[in-house]
Amino acid sequence: MQRLLSSQKVLPYLLILPASLFLAAFFFVPFVQVVLEAFTSDEGFTLAHFRTMADDWKFMPALSNTLGLALVVVPIQITLALVMASLVTRLRRGRDVVLYVFTIPLGISDLAAGLIWFALLEQNGFLNSILYGLGVIPGPQNLLDYRNTAGLFVAVVVAEVWRATAIVLVILVAGLGLIPKEYDEAAEVFGAGPLKRFFLITLPLLRPSLQTALILRTILAFEVFAVVAVLAGNNLPVLMGETYSWQFDLQDHKVASAYAIVILAISLAFTVFFLWALHDRTREAAA
Amino acid sequence: MADIDIRQVAKRFGSHQALHAVDLTVADGEFVVLLGASGSGKTTLLRIIAGLETASEGTVSIGGRRVDDLPPRRRGIAMVFQNYAVFPHMTVFDNIGFGLAMQKMPAAEIERKVRRVAGMLHIEELLKRYSGQLSGGQRQRVAVARALAVEPAVLLMDEPLSNLDALLRLEMRAELKGVLQESRTTTIYVTHDQVEAMSLADRIAVMHEGRIVQAAPAPEVYHHPATRFVGGFIGNPPMNFLPASREGEGARVAGHLFRDAPASGGALAFGIRPEDLAPAGEGFAGRVKVVEPLGPHQLVTMDLAGHLFRAVLDNDLAVRPGETLVLAPRPGRARWFDADSGASLAEITQPEPVTGA
Repeated sequence: MQRLLSSQKVLPYLLILPASLFLAAFFFVPFVQVVLEAFTSDEGFTLAHFRTMADDWKFMPALSNTLGLALVVVPIQITLALVMASLVTRLRRGRDVVLYVFTIPLGISDLAAGLIWFALLEQNGFLNSILYGLGVIPGPQNLLDYRNTAGLFVAVVVAEVWRATAIVLVILVAGLGLIPKEYDEAAEVFGAGPLKRFFLITLPLLRPSLQTALILRTILAFEVFAVVAVLAGNNLPVLMGETYSWQFDLQDHKVASAYAIVILAISLAFTVFFLWALHDRTREAAA
Repeated sequence: MADIDIRQVAKRFGSHQALHAVDLTVADGEFVVLLGASGSGKTTLLRIIAGLETASEGTVSIGGRRVDDLPPRRRGIAMVFQNYAVFPHMTVFDNIGFGLAMQKMPAAEIERKVRRVAGMLHIEELLKRYSGQLSGGQRQRVAVARALAVEPAVLLMDEPLSNLDALLRLEMRAELKGVLQESRTTTIYVTHDQVEAMSLADRIAVMHEGRIVQAAPAPEVYHHPATRFVGGFIGNPPMNFLPASREGEGARVAGHLFRDAPASGGALAFGIRPEDLAPAGEGFAGRVKVVEPLGPHQLVTMDLAGHLFRAVLDNDLAVRPGETLVLAPRPGRARWFDADSGASLAEITQPEPVTGA
């Protein structure tokens, strides 16, 4: 045992064994179960559940809403977080306080965040009260009207940006801290103004952090659920909402599993894309 | 090309005074080395000249123009950073051409200038590579090439050789000297390495605790240190210092009487470089403690009236530990300092002509 523990070849594997067992029991086994559920019936292998899913009238809206939300929310979050991170790192005093304030939404669950924005936007909510009090509107407006899909979409975008930009911010602030300040100083000495320094030096050097933030935020964006459920209910179907609906309302876990596989496939595709697109090519052997 | 005029520049970081009213003028085309230990303020002074740091007081002029309110990019300077700061996401070509591209120079012109400086530094074959594919020495050449490419009025270098291994440092030092002599650019070069300073500088400005204690050509700094600190800091092994007591017109040092010592000032301290000592019939008599052969010479450490005293002597002299050795200063090489202020006093014998001033 003593020899086994001191062996440099065996020890690393022994050390990752507990974590591996944990992952196998609570991640890999359920994952295999979901795959089996999605692709099998009593007669064996089948794509029938995927057909059922695709034939449902809500599937296409759910797919396009989810992709649409991700494509709108993530770029806004990355841009906002870049601006905020640049501001935070430039602060000489009170940097930590500002950072904590910026990251408060991180401490709030997505369901609670949805409720906060619902309280703001509903017919008798804060926004209506303020606008009415200021005399801007004659009476309460229904901002979350189920007939106004675009309005619901915008409400969800705003709530998601408020809720989850901070995680991007935290990653980018950490990333900015890793860039030696000499690069910025060298660019300054050699004639680059603030904007050029940002786009020619800071942004490219921030690539590893941007990659992490993009992958993390995009995957989470495909799992958008609670905020949508609170603000739009069934009027803005999304993939995760449909998964929930098939699993618990319609009690068909086969189709729910098929939805889960679709979400996984999209997330995987985007992750691979970001890994490829933002890959560091400068360390490969010179031609 | 331009001269630099630094007047009464002071810098405070909170309660810490990093620079005290520094004055320094650098002539057009001159190579000045700021030499000092870490914390002496040399890098702070360089960064103030570059505009990367603002002075708390005082003014900096480059080419007769006040630059205190100008950002670095409007000062006509170029800089080589200690860690090189070669942009990792750009090729060597784009790095060298960065300053030129910022000036919106036509591509053909950039190409011509990049190739010229790359040739000067022997890195033409690396132009397509990225920083991550270069060795430390190659990265250093890229940083120098990038600075020379913009043909700056003033070139600032912050310990550019300190991250290289000893052999490469020697090689780059000689090469740098050649390249910079050719370009005749006004240069300020920061280092803590006195050998580097001596070999490169037209003039060395020795810095200590936020002040320039002496600014003079290398031989003068070496032979006529302005203060006891400079004598101890420059030279390896450092200058020997011994307490002296006045006796009439002269002074007695470790039992040996010097007939005339500087009349001015209070208490005296005596200084002599280890290589300015030779065996003699009369002089400092001490017991040899350690003999270290150094190839061409031998370093002898002896105990002289309770003080450690070092001498660099010829190899052919047979010296053994435990023996008593009598050494005398070579004519004109003894130095006297004010024991309290550390300031240099006139030499005991007729002063040698100041060389290279």
